[in-house]
Amino acid sequence: MTATITRRDSNVASLRRPNRVRLSWLLALVVLLALLMVASLAIGSRTVSIGDMLLGLGGSLDTLGQAAVNKRVPRTLLAAIVGAALGLAGAVMQAVTRNPLADPSILGVNMGASLAVVTGIAWFGLSTATGYIWAAVAGAAVAAVFVYTVGSLGRGGATPLKLALAGAATSAALASFVTAVSLPRGDISATIVSWQIGGVGGASFDSIRPMLPFFVAGCAISLLAARSLNSLALGDDVAASLGERVAVVRVVAALGAVLLCGAATAIAGPIGFVGLVVPHLCRLLVGVDQRWLLPFSALAGAVLLVAADVIGRVVARPGEIDVGIITALIGAPVFIAIVRRQRVRAL
Amino acid sequence: MSAPAATGSTLDRVLGARVRRAKGRRRVMLILVALIAVVVVVSLMVGQTFYSFTDVVRVILGQDVPGASFTVGRLRLPRVVLATAAGLSFGMAGVAFQTMLRNPLASPDIIGISAGASAAAAFAIVILGLSGTAVSLVAIVAGLAIALLVYLLAFKGGGGGSRLILIGIGIAAMLDSVTAYVISRAGQWDLQETLRWLSGSLNGASWQQLAPTLLALVVLAPVLLGQSRNLASLQLGDDTASALGVRVERSRLTVLVAAVGLIAFATAAAGPIAFVAFLSGPIAARIVGPRGSLLVPSALVGAALVLVADLCGQYAFGTRYPVGVVTGVLGAPYLVYLIVRTNRAGGSL
Repeated sequence: MTATITRRDSNVASLRRPNRVRLSWLLALVVLLALLMVASLAIGSRTVSIGDMLLGLGGSLDTLGQAAVNKRVPRTLLAAIVGAALGLAGAVMQAVTRNPLADPSILGVNMGASLAVVTGIAWFGLSTATGYIWAAVAGAAVAAVFVYTVGSLGRGGATPLKLALAGAATSAALASFVTAVSLPRGDISATIVSWQIGGVGGASFDSIRPMLPFFVAGCAISLLAARSLNSLALGDDVAASLGERVAVVRVVAALGAVLLCGAATAIAGPIGFVGLVVPHLCRLLVGVDQRWLLPFSALAGAVLLVAADVIGRVVARPGEIDVGIITALIGAPVFIAIVRRQRVRAL
Repeated sequence: MSAPAATGSTLDRVLGARVRRAKGRRRVMLILVALIAVVVVVSLMVGQTFYSFTDVVRVILGQDVPGASFTVGRLRLPRVVLATAAGLSFGMAGVAFQTMLRNPLASPDIIGISAGASAAAAFAIVILGLSGTAVSLVAIVAGLAIALLVYLLAFKGGGGGSRLILIGIGIAAMLDSVTAYVISRAGQWDLQETLRWLSGSLNGASWQQLAPTLLALVVLAPVLLGQSRNLASLQLGDDTASALGVRVERSRLTVLVAAVGLIAFATAAAGPIAFVAFLSGPIAARIVGPRGSLLVPSALVGAALVLVADLCGQYAFGTRYPVGVVTGVLGAPYLVYLIVRTNRAGGSL
């Protein structure tokens, strides 16, 4: 830890950005998100003109283009919400575990949510979207606690390697369980792949609406925990001497993250690497202050997922590639770069 | 370690212990072979229709038995042979990797090599429209490329085994999503075919599809066995190994190519059967003891694992599960247990 602190002191200027810089990045991200959302409405197997888009947004369904826009609005919104949820959840998890490799998919949390939903559908007759989300949140919480416990046993506590391994093992096991649970059920087994690779296609307002309370609650909890997470970054002892109740902060912040990725997975399936990539990029932009980092991660997560969805629709025309595949292809190289650069130490 | 009493008696004791260990090792391997034989025969006998032991033996001997000749000879026998061959290949190649990289977690299915072979095989079949040996060749090229990539990314500029494993996990995640994409392009495929490339399955095994796997096993297994002494030296570290007279680079390359070859050919026929390569070595080490080459015991454990898992998957539950789902479900708790145990012991994780 001392080594980390001296490293921070030495380039503290680059980690503590002036607010002017932060605000201009914020503006840039908002503009980028707006542009991408417009692109997401316009681009697809049919490209839509501006006029049609405006009419379509107004609710008109007169032409094919307007109808397409009408279909793409919920999809774009879902991509933005899920991206924000995963980006924020990833940033919180990295702060809570003080681990640069923490991510809802690497830690097996998304697969836990997936399995819970599939089990609920197959065995307990779960059929409402709200039911899916509760099941997913419960599954995510169980998986998170399990992986963290397994990963932190033994010498050195929860090192990045042990956590990542425990997460990868758990993920693989849970994926097998997802197959095992859904295979005997002909009615849901055709969607096995969709419970292992996430996507935002086929979204509707009805499927998004139940997710919103969970999303808002998760965001609120996470953002309120930001200041305490800042103290946590100094190490448990220092944080405790600063008056933080370390265990409480961890549990509350983790609860926020679990709510976010549970809800996201219940609606869109397990989408990987967003929570890993986004906080690292944001740290370059705004530094390590969680009060800035967390909202930025949410915003950048939305940017990334909307962009990935647009890319998925462009590169495989007239078909499309699920957004979960695109994020894995973008995210895995970043993961590798982090592993290579950081020499695998705790944050 | 108590102090040696007298030189002569110590020597006797050491030699005696060695002989006992060798005997114990041989006995364990014989038990494994017997277990494999029993499971093979049972797998051939049971199914939709039950055939007696004598019927099965007569079919294997090439006699014409009405009904059994088709069911056992054409349907069950290729499946059982593929299970055995894939199990042997995964078990032997897995422990070769684990020994060479000196880390029980550095098995081909964790560091992305199986995932690469599987993605390439699915790609070759769906997108390129290949079949038979060509698929195996694409799979082996991809497996070697992934192995090289992981190795270069992990070791360029220094770094340790833990970095290699993390990089492998990242690459495996990427390749799995490639596989999923390729499968999604092939809409006409049924679920079983999808699951073959995601988790491994023996369904639809045929003699034509089997031939490359068997050939690879016959050629590559002896190559690996020939390296078993060098592998043991490599385990002591590169410097020690070269001091012991091992040509480090050459023997590492030989082991790598042979092991990746085994993995790739088996994967091209049966898919990446989850966790078999990873589990066989540690299980073999527990039952025969850590001394001596683990190549053969681990291969036998691998074959037994796949055979038993397939038998369970087919008949133990109401639904017929592909073998990879069974090994995934059964193997993962063991993996977690291994991680916990290694962590507790303060191992090299």
